[in-house]
Amino acid sequence: MRHLLSAGDLDRDEATLILDTAGELAQVGDRSVKKLPTLRGRTVVNLFYEDSTRTRTSFELAAKRLSADVINFSAKGSSVSKGESLKDTALTLQAMGADGVVIRHGASGAPHRLANWVDGSVLNAGDGTHEHPTQALLDAFTMRERLGRLEGLRVAVVGDILHSRVARSNVLLLTTLGAHVTLVAPPTLLPVSVHTWPCEVSYDLDEVLPESDVVMMLRVQAERMHDSFFPSVREYSRNYGLDGERLSRMPEEAIVMHPGPMVRGMEISAEVADSPRCTVTEQVANGVSLRMAVLYLLLGGS
Amino acid sequence: MPENQGTHLIRGARPLGDDPVDLLFENGRITAIGPDLPAPDGAEVVDATGLIALPGLVDLHTHLREPGREDAETVASGSRAAAMGGYTAVHAMANTDPVADTAGVVEQVWRLGQEAGYCDVRPVGAVTVGLAGERLSEIGAMADSAARVRVFSDDGVCVSDALLMRRALEYVKAFDGVIAQHAQEPRLTEGAQMNEGRVSDRLGLPGWPAVAEEAIIARDCLLAQHVGSRLHVCHVSTKGSVDIIRWAKERGCDVTAEVTPHHLILTDDLAESYDPVYKVNPPLRTAEDVQALREGLADGTIDIVATDHAPHPVEAKETEWSTAAMGMIGLETALGVVHRTMVETGLLTWAQVAERMSAAPARIGRVGGHGRELAVGEPANIVLYDPAAPVEVDAAAMAGKSGNTPFRGMSLPGRIIATFLRGVPTVLEGKIK
Ligand SMILES: [Zn+2]
Repeated sequence: MRHLLSAGDLDRDEATLILDTAGELAQVGDRSVKKLPTLRGRTVVNLFYEDSTRTRTSFELAAKRLSADVINFSAKGSSVSKGESLKDTALTLQAMGADGVVIRHGASGAPHRLANWVDGSVLNAGDGTHEHPTQALLDAFTMRERLGRLEGLRVAVVGDILHSRVARSNVLLLTTLGAHVTLVAPPTLLPVSVHTWPCEVSYDLDEVLPESDVVMMLRVQAERMHDSFFPSVREYSRNYGLDGERLSRMPEEAIVMHPGPMVRGMEISAEVADSPRCTVTEQVANGVSLRMAVLYLLLGGS
Repeated sequence: MPENQGTHLIRGARPLGDDPVDLLFENGRITAIGPDLPAPDGAEVVDATGLIALPGLVDLHTHLREPGREDAETVASGSRAAAMGGYTAVHAMANTDPVADTAGVVEQVWRLGQEAGYCDVRPVGAVTVGLAGERLSEIGAMADSAARVRVFSDDGVCVSDALLMRRALEYVKAFDGVIAQHAQEPRLTEGAQMNEGRVSDRLGLPGWPAVAEEAIIARDCLLAQHVGSRLHVCHVSTKGSVDIIRWAKERGCDVTAEVTPHHLILTDDLAESYDPVYKVNPPLRTAEDVQALREGLADGTIDIVATDHAPHPVEAKETEWSTAAMGMIGLETALGVVHRTMVETGLLTWAQVAERMSAAPARIGRVGGHGRELAVGEPANIVLYDPAAPVEVDAAAMAGKSGNTPFRGMSLPGRIIATFLRGVPTVLEGKIK
């Protein structure tokens, strides 16, 4: 594995190795000295074209716990915002000797382009409406921790599937790992070819919930209303929002996930967000271990 | 600029792929055709053994970028590329800067073509002022100008206002003009990046649905028939469009249509690399569409092949997919691609290739002196093509200014050996003169 661009690049063994490695590295987080010398002398660049303190911090922490040198290269206030092309930025990073580049970009496929121009490993930290493979990996890690398995798990992913990189990566990864995914959304927020994806599709959340071990709620931007993806926030919330009443109709062990940031009152009620069945904060904590695992496996710590 | 070089005797060429004969060019015309013609004094003899002779190709859809984007292409560089591709006439699209929406701009482009001298450059006039889709440009003045414009198009954008399209179709009847429509329903394609379907859904790129093309074509065919005008459909890219045009022709609509070489061979899964060299408008479609386009071109539903040659500087393509420019160059590879997709597959004879790449585009554009038979007395606009000389496409070796060819590294089955414009070689021994 040289780059991590898509969750679809991982076969079952590779994905499982990442999850297992993350499990081992998680124990480091529990120690008083949280650092491993594994990536000493290696340089990891965080190249963030979109503001995402949450994801950038998670990668930064992961790299630092492995003793890598970390450079944060954010688009704001750098040559990037002055119109420098992605290629020129790539050549700069190349000249700096970056061993790994973690890229978050608003354009789908930007990490693929970057991988043509740098020798180091490229790690996709979210590209446009394409993919977010480490989010899917940390989601799978969280499910496995909570429920003990992935094989045969029934996972409902609810919300704006059309524009969601989290959904794309999760469908690919969870299918590879043997889970059954059902996408739930109004038809306007589903891709036209979704019937060819390796998952089920439903327009009816209430029908799906009693049959789900996991429900993953995706953020829905209220502005989508203006493009007529749905008539109103109220109607969306009524049909596809998760409240306590709906949660009570899920199996007792079932968990609620959310990649964050949540929009309370839109796709998830405060009651559900704060419930012990909601794994949002665990997902954040697991994100660091998972990203440590990916960096470790990509950058080949000795 | 090639100078007039008198007399040429072409030995052993195969007109339209038929049996070998000699052809004599004198004073810009074909003056003799037959076996073992004697060489007149001072004649330059060209050994064309094994080469196919076709009438000089005519492109109805070329972006020469001048004025405005001379960094990507100029009239001179683009017409050299055209000659290298076997073309003796090209239509220069109107989406320049300034837009070719006045007699002044079209005459400038026309004159630049004359000065370059590699092929006849026929400017296309904009349908609407500034391509803005709001009011008609001075179509009549462009038609009456020295450039004698007969093809009008807002190519790059669609004339989406149905009433404006109706008026344009009606207006050009006065001088036998034609509206060439870039069929793209604008609201359905806002932000569109590639064909909408399995690949776009997986890649997370906003889709350009087939229906956005088909709906406009259906509307325009009905409009053209209602007002009794000529309609030409640019770069048809979907199976549904072929079906609609077939239906429209059956019911008597005076519609013609073109397909690009790239839509005859490339498919949308090439976008999986996110390499914008494959980004084009209309986008690459599916294998099923490619098959329907080939069949449509074979049965005459689609009348012609047009390149939509769209040069871009390196930096416009060396970027993220969504910010990259749309378009591909195509003049120098068109005949090779048609050979591969249509002749090698048995869908077209060379005579039919001549019809679709020379005679029919000349008719649609009302271009005199081009697309004629290979017969005594006709202007000596001829291309000699070696069908048995496979060539690997080299983006760096293009005669035009830009190298954004999606065929780079691909092997094409033949190469252009010579192009004659009114008896004067613009290309000889595979090299520009
Ligand atoms: Zn066009």
